[in-house]
Amino acid sequence: MPARPAGEGPADVDSDAFERAPTPSARVPGPRNPKPSSEGSWRWTKWAIPLSVVPLLVLLAYGFRTDPRAIPSPLVGKPAAPFSIALFDGGRLSLDDLKGKVVVLNFWASWCVPACYDEAPVLERGWRTYKDRDVVVVGVDIQDTEEAARKFIRQFALSFPNGPDPTGKISVDYGVYGVPETFFIDRAGRIRKKHVGAVTEAVFTGEVERLLKEGS
Amino acid sequence: MIPEIGYAMTAVALGLALYGSGAAAIGARWHRPALIQSSQHAALGVFVLILAAMILLVYAFLTFDFSVRYVAMNTNRGTPFYYRITALWGALEGSIILWSWMLSIYTLLVILRYRSRHPEFYPWVLSVMLGVLAFFLLVMTVPAPPFQRLTPIPPDGRGLNPLLEDTGMITHPVALYLGFTGFTVPFAFAMAALITGRTGDEWITVTRRWTIVAWYFLSLGLLIGGWWSYHVLGWGGYWAWDPVENAAFMPWLTGTAFLHSVMIQERRRILKLWNLTLIILTFGLTLFGTFLTRSGILSSVHSFTQGTIGAFFLGFIALILLGAFGLVAARGDRLKAQGELDSILSRESAFLLNNLMLVAAAFTVFFGTIFPLLSEAVRGVKVSVGAPFFNLVNIPIFLALIFLMGVGPLIAWRRASRENLRRNFLWPVGLGIVAAGAFRMLGVAHTLALLCFGLVVFVTATIVLDFYRATRARLRSGERLLPAMGGLLVRQNRRYGGFVVHLGILVIALGVLGSNAWSIQTETTLRRGEAFQIGRYHVRFDGLAASEESNHFKVTGTFTVANDGRVLAVMQPAKKFYPQEQTPIAYVDYLMGLREDLYLVLGDFARDGSQATIKVQVNRLVTLIWLGGLVLTLGAGLAILPDRRKA
Repeated sequence: MPARPAGEGPADVDSDAFERAPTPSARVPGPRNPKPSSEGSWRWTKWAIPLSVVPLLVLLAYGFRTDPRAIPSPLVGKPAAPFSIALFDGGRLSLDDLKGKVVVLNFWASWCVPACYDEAPVLERGWRTYKDRDVVVVGVDIQDTEEAARKFIRQFALSFPNGPDPTGKISVDYGVYGVPETFFIDRAGRIRKKHVGAVTEAVFTGEVERLLKEGS
Repeated sequence: MIPEIGYAMTAVALGLALYGSGAAAIGARWHRPALIQSSQHAALGVFVLILAAMILLVYAFLTFDFSVRYVAMNTNRGTPFYYRITALWGALEGSIILWSWMLSIYTLLVILRYRSRHPEFYPWVLSVMLGVLAFFLLVMTVPAPPFQRLTPIPPDGRGLNPLLEDTGMITHPVALYLGFTGFTVPFAFAMAALITGRTGDEWITVTRRWTIVAWYFLSLGLLIGGWWSYHVLGWGGYWAWDPVENAAFMPWLTGTAFLHSVMIQERRRILKLWNLTLIILTFGLTLFGTFLTRSGILSSVHSFTQGTIGAFFLGFIALILLGAFGLVAARGDRLKAQGELDSILSRESAFLLNNLMLVAAAFTVFFGTIFPLLSEAVRGVKVSVGAPFFNLVNIPIFLALIFLMGVGPLIAWRRASRENLRRNFLWPVGLGIVAAGAFRMLGVAHTLALLCFGLVVFVTATIVLDFYRATRARLRSGERLLPAMGGLLVRQNRRYGGFVVHLGILVIALGVLGSNAWSIQTETTLRRGEAFQIGRYHVRFDGLAASEESNHFKVTGTFTVANDGRVLAVMQPAKKFYPQEQTPIAYVDYLMGLREDLYLVLGDFARDGSQATIKVQVNRLVTLIWLGGLVLTLGAGLAILPDRRKA
């Protein structure tokens, strides 16, 4: 690596045989004896460089408040697509059966680490808290093997209705892009919110309470 | 236990880095050699701890230890062996380990090289580098710990992003991060120069080759990234002006500007303030790139998941930019130029123009990249800025840069005489015009293509002419041809290394030109046994086959490619279905050639294999881009050879 001690002649004599680079005429005035500032204006303007960084930083900080991936789902506000699902513990459930109730429709998969693992206990707690108040949590397991899915359900002792979507019809109808995604459907059967990523306690309670308050 | 041991290692490394940074600074300020010594030991400790943490994480990957959250998220039991190792840097947390490890290597190299030299600078350089390292270790400890326990332990992991199961994934991040972290060395020396007030040329002379190394790895990282995009993503392109690509490209632009402008300061003692600004910007942009990829403030195919990490990075960027530019302002009176520009027709002006162009390009890329954010902040409207904007603005800038690439190295310093201009540029300009004219006669009508081709010929001619004259001068002094040429390359390695790099860039420029101007593509549906013609290729669909791979399901199409009845190849593009991905991943097959590539991507197909849709591209001259990368490698290698003339 560069072995040249400082101030020992020009770093690179111009190799061009035809025109030599002029060596700097003033070789001696080293950095140790700076000339006193002759321009008074420099004193004020020099801080302009660091200060010019500030607006940029503010803009980037603003970026935290937005989510570029939050593309509003066109389904929000529209009637939820009807579906009928074969449950893991037998029986069928169709959306029509749930008319008049608030439905929390959750798409998940057993391989979805860690988001689905994070939200499973939240959903189960939510279901237990609200099931007597006309709220139903429905799990739709997509792109999964039945064995792994059943193991997942056992692991979290999930008690709300849960079933697979082997043909992918339900997830296509709801425009599911990845797991987990959760749809909040009001009593009138309209999709009111789409949540992407793990559902937290605050999101669950907030949405469900809001839809319950609206009455039927 | 692995999560806890690993976490402890990163935490201790953080403590050591902080201590080392502080000790070096105190040692420098109050002249305590013992403290500086102790700081060196701390740096060694940091290196060892990060290395141990990496090995531990690789071990967790190889043994499928899903109690480590990061392992569970980035591997599953089907992930092949090699990709279980590279999964180490496949996502956010692990990439920060790789980054820190490389930075710790650079720090050790700086210690080995300078511990008994540059006594004024050295401790401050050490302090700055350990400070930067401490920041990355802080990120590894608080917002993005790679060692985090996952409970309950899942039976299997999520699996690596299938796009990353590629050899490009092994080399691309390594090269890119060596480039990014490499710029920390010149930055640290610049800060040492500002802190000590020794703002002369010393820091620039010392860091010249470090800068070339960083620049070279960054270039290589960008090229491998393009290669990866070309043969994995299946859209037939190598560059999309995606925010994350831009994030790596911006420091390359300012770094290139810095590489050139330091030569002016060495020779003419002007542009001191400018050079400091450039290296601060370059280092700041490497951080910005990391910030962009990891904060989730902009949407991109490359980006990692979001979290609080963005705030940490923003804080650090603020600290670096305000601190560094604050130092510049405080030392402003020592940064006065000791010379001046004499004439617009001079090497200084050519280099200055080159710098302005590069910085302008960096600015437009920056502006285009953050415009969506700006638009949302100001008008509340989500917009996206795509390739048309970047191409429109940048193509003229890059053409001008190619022109300057021909002018800069040959025009005289200070003031070019008419004789100097005639002697160096008459022939090359003539050749460039003739070449463009000949091209026009061959039927190329596109003005930009003609201009680009003419410029490439012009610059190549200047380089050949210079080398020819220098060789002739040596022959006259009695040397024989090969020793004369070899001697030139070795003894004036800095100049001719630069020229070879320029040639590499020209070859890349031709590749970019060719692929944009003359590529053709089509999409068609074929029944089994049916064939169609594209360019000079006859492509026949022979059928489909399905197979179960270790971690995915794969459908492979077989296509026989012939030219004039002669079979050229049997190509097998495929579609891979990963359980954890919603959309299938394309596996591209292509026939690479110097003149053109035949590029096949399998689209939809009938389940019984009776028909398939296929996207076919004939991509012209793309191979030149990769060849240009090789030439660039040779040139950079030549330029960083130790200086022979001193010996």
